[in-house]
Amino acid sequence: MLLSNAAISAVSAAFLASLVEVVEAFTIILAVGTVRGWRPAAAGTIAGLIALSAMVAFLGPALNQIPLQSMRIAIGVLLLLFGSRWLRKAILRYAGVIPLHDESTAFAAATTELGKKALRSRRQSDWIAGITALKAVLLEGVEVVFIVVAVGVGHGLLWAASIGAAAAGALVLAVGLIVHRPLARVPENALKFAVGVLLSSFGVFWTGEGLGVTWPGGDFALVGFILVFSVASLLSVRIARSAILEVVA
Amino acid sequence: MKFLRSIGRGIIGLFVDDEFLAVTVLVLVSAVIILVKVFDLLPLAAGVLLLIGCVSILLISVVRTTAARTKI
Repeated sequence: MLLSNAAISAVSAAFLASLVEVVEAFTIILAVGTVRGWRPAAAGTIAGLIALSAMVAFLGPALNQIPLQSMRIAIGVLLLLFGSRWLRKAILRYAGVIPLHDESTAFAAATTELGKKALRSRRQSDWIAGITALKAVLLEGVEVVFIVVAVGVGHGLLWAASIGAAAAGALVLAVGLIVHRPLARVPENALKFAVGVLLSSFGVFWTGEGLGVTWPGGDFALVGFILVFSVASLLSVRIARSAILEVVA
Repeated sequence: MKFLRSIGRGIIGLFVDDEFLAVTVLVLVSAVIILVKVFDLLPLAAGVLLLIGCVSILLISVVRTTAARTKI
């Protein structure tokens, strides 16, 4: 087999998660560029990317110092926390318990906020705009870095996961440059649901391996975990949706 | 300072949204580690326990949040 199940899952998780995060960062950068011009937007974005690169450069060697078993447990637990958080939110959004995230609304909110701040001196408002872009790149980028490192480091799949994330970044940038507006049509909740399922499955897989579990079928066990989490999550959507419908009726 | 604080809050927020979910996952993992290391539970049984536990915690968290929202 050219790619193992773990490699395919790592690339998919990194690609899909990065797609969501880059779309969110792109919305803020677009708002900054539209309201305050492209210079502060580009400056903030580049500064954010440099900070993220430094983080990866530090994290990689630091993680190599931790014994493999302990690292798998630590990464597995973080993946469980991160993945279940995304999955829970996606389930609640599908069920209508909490509202869906809307890039157009996020864009409108960001432009209004920046518009208010633009009333200050030009230098100060450029600074605020740059910081806004930097913050967006850092906050969304940290999630991408975490996902790439977490799904990649355990089985030497760091490059595969990085390629998945880079492909998502390139895709969003290319589409963004063409349409030049918030990418509101990206099915963000479906992506979050899928990524939540993948990351939670990786979390169980890594934590188990850290504890010395030899999973039946090796990497193929991941497919089983993905199925279990998918079925349970779809069931949760049904339960939550019926509770909401009862209240409405 | 405000900027760094918001970055710090953002990083913690990556892992903790619903406190119940975060705390119960940590309790589950700790319990499974103790069962394996102290009580010599078979690793595969620990793995199955971990999977069932995580899925159950997720379900309970969704039901709890839905119940809290529908009461309002």
